[in-house]
Amino acid sequence: MFRRVPYPIIWLGILGFGILYIPIVLMMIYSFNDSKLVSVWAGFSTKWYLSLLNNDQLLAAVGKSLWVAVWAATISTFFGVLIALAFTRFGNFGGRLALSVMASAPLVMPEVVTGLSMLLLFIAMETFFGWPAGRGLDTIIIAHATFGMCFAAVVVQARLRQFDLAVEDAARDLGARQPQIFLTITLPMIAPSVIAAWLLAFTLSFDDLVIASFVSGPGSSTLPIVVFSKVRLGVTPEINAIATIMIVMVSICVIGGSLLMSKRNKHD
Amino acid sequence: MAPFIRLNQVSKSFGPVRAVNAVDLEIDQGELFCLLGASGSGKTTLLRMLAGFERPDSGTVEIDGQDMAGVDPADRPVNIMFQNYALFPHYSVAKNIGYGLVRQGVSGQALQDRVDELLRMVRLEGYGSRKPHQLSGGQRQRVALARALARRPKLLLLDEPLAALDKKLREDTQFELVSLQEQLGTTFMVVTHDQEEAMVLADRIGVMDQGGLVQVDRPRTLYEKPVNKFIADFLGSVSFLDATIKSQKNDHVQLDMGGGVISALAEQTFDKGDDVTVAIRPEKITLSRKKTSGNCLKVTVEDIAYTGVATYYRVLTEQGQMLKIHQQNSPENAPLDWDETGYASFQAQHTIVLTG
Repeated sequence: MFRRVPYPIIWLGILGFGILYIPIVLMMIYSFNDSKLVSVWAGFSTKWYLSLLNNDQLLAAVGKSLWVAVWAATISTFFGVLIALAFTRFGNFGGRLALSVMASAPLVMPEVVTGLSMLLLFIAMETFFGWPAGRGLDTIIIAHATFGMCFAAVVVQARLRQFDLAVEDAARDLGARQPQIFLTITLPMIAPSVIAAWLLAFTLSFDDLVIASFVSGPGSSTLPIVVFSKVRLGVTPEINAIATIMIVMVSICVIGGSLLMSKRNKHD
Repeated sequence: MAPFIRLNQVSKSFGPVRAVNAVDLEIDQGELFCLLGASGSGKTTLLRMLAGFERPDSGTVEIDGQDMAGVDPADRPVNIMFQNYALFPHYSVAKNIGYGLVRQGVSGQALQDRVDELLRMVRLEGYGSRKPHQLSGGQRQRVALARALARRPKLLLLDEPLAALDKKLREDTQFELVSLQEQLGTTFMVVTHDQEEAMVLADRIGVMDQGGLVQVDRPRTLYEKPVNKFIADFLGSVSFLDATIKSQKNDHVQLDMGGGVISALAEQTFDKGDDVTVAIRPEKITLSRKKTSGNCLKVTVEDIAYTGVATYYRVLTEQGQMLKIHQQNSPENAPLDWDETGYASFQAQHTIVLTG
């Protein structure tokens, strides 16, 4: 039985979600517009999707974005898991508060600040060590990983906090030692949250514009950078089409991630 | 013969809290020993020290003549059946049971044979491919038991093994556990807060309170000859009466109840005028309207609870001390009414004279 929700709340909900999603839906619809003008409907067509396939610049940008997002997500997840383990397993270690602040600051830090400070760091590093030489995809990956790992840590920590430590004790009691315990027991049990963390970090990296524009170099324009620079010359339905594809990809990641998280909870 | 398990002056503190305090304990091979205590009494800490998860601050733990200091839980001949079982949710039943064997290097047919044997032992044939969340509570408990026995431990520690089962299932499982233990001959140590469970399961019970072992004895001795008020009160139902020693002749003492005089048995030696507490079990007292010879106290019925098989009375003595009486509802026991005056009689050998 569901509890009856009062009508005003239902209408408020519809209004709220409407404001959020109607523009997106409209944009998706207009990506199938036959007209060259974005705001005039002239019949259904998939020609903008076809023209995307011939747009080498955009396709190259998609490739770069995917490359960056996969690496950034992987690095984020690796360090995110380590941070989460430190917080949930090592008790009150020295510097816990400092690490906690450092690990959560990027969550609330304005992206402009993150982007600028990253840029300054890379320039300084180049001056002192000669690496990274100039800015390119690798600097974007590093920058994305630095804030992505904080999000990954939050997701994995949520799962580790409700982890029954007796299960690890049981493995040890039965003759396993670290890292065997971690690989055979802990990691498989937190795997859904690790994958969810990866998907979240992937999404964050894939659609980041601000930080990427600070730390990107010539020839390393990711998809959001390309789209944004195109929009300044006027919106074409092609942009709608590429945006629709991005939304679909991101939605798959987000929905997949939350499904994995909730599936895990049911089993415990 | 040296005892199979020996704890010598084992202590453990967590910060300012002394969880286990100078415990000496010896357990024989093949014994089913119960560690009984309320939560916070230190019994779980003691269990974790035997398994190796906690290191004693002082004292030694020996298993089968070997000092266990510095031996990792993974290498001890000890396994635990965890409270709430701690099964591996991502592994099948067979993989759960086989986990410890795989760590020992058992593989292939030998592994499968041993897992099948264990599944048969706990009556779970055909359940090998299920996941733990597809099993009932009782089945999960048996998987945990099989998993803990897989490596043929010298000592099996069972942490509240029946606490998660419902009452009906618990009674059956108790007897299964005892017969399995007799069949295997493995030394079992059960940790529980449930005194009835401890009485049913154990060869011997060690009662813990505030980190110390208060008394270690057979269930019957513990019930009939508790060493102090705590033990008497902890196991079963009991009434306490204040009294003063009037005289003592060998193990017979005369006690002044401030009105009547009763005789009791006591192994200790007392002086005239010592204050003592007399503990009497409610089922050892007879309540009737007629005065009898021997120990007999005049009482007034305060409260009556009828349970079918028996009637539970709460009566007050002339000195205002409360006495619990459980009386069988047999034809010769005429029931008394509220506020009626009667006589509570009991034999000297059924009294327990306590000083603490």
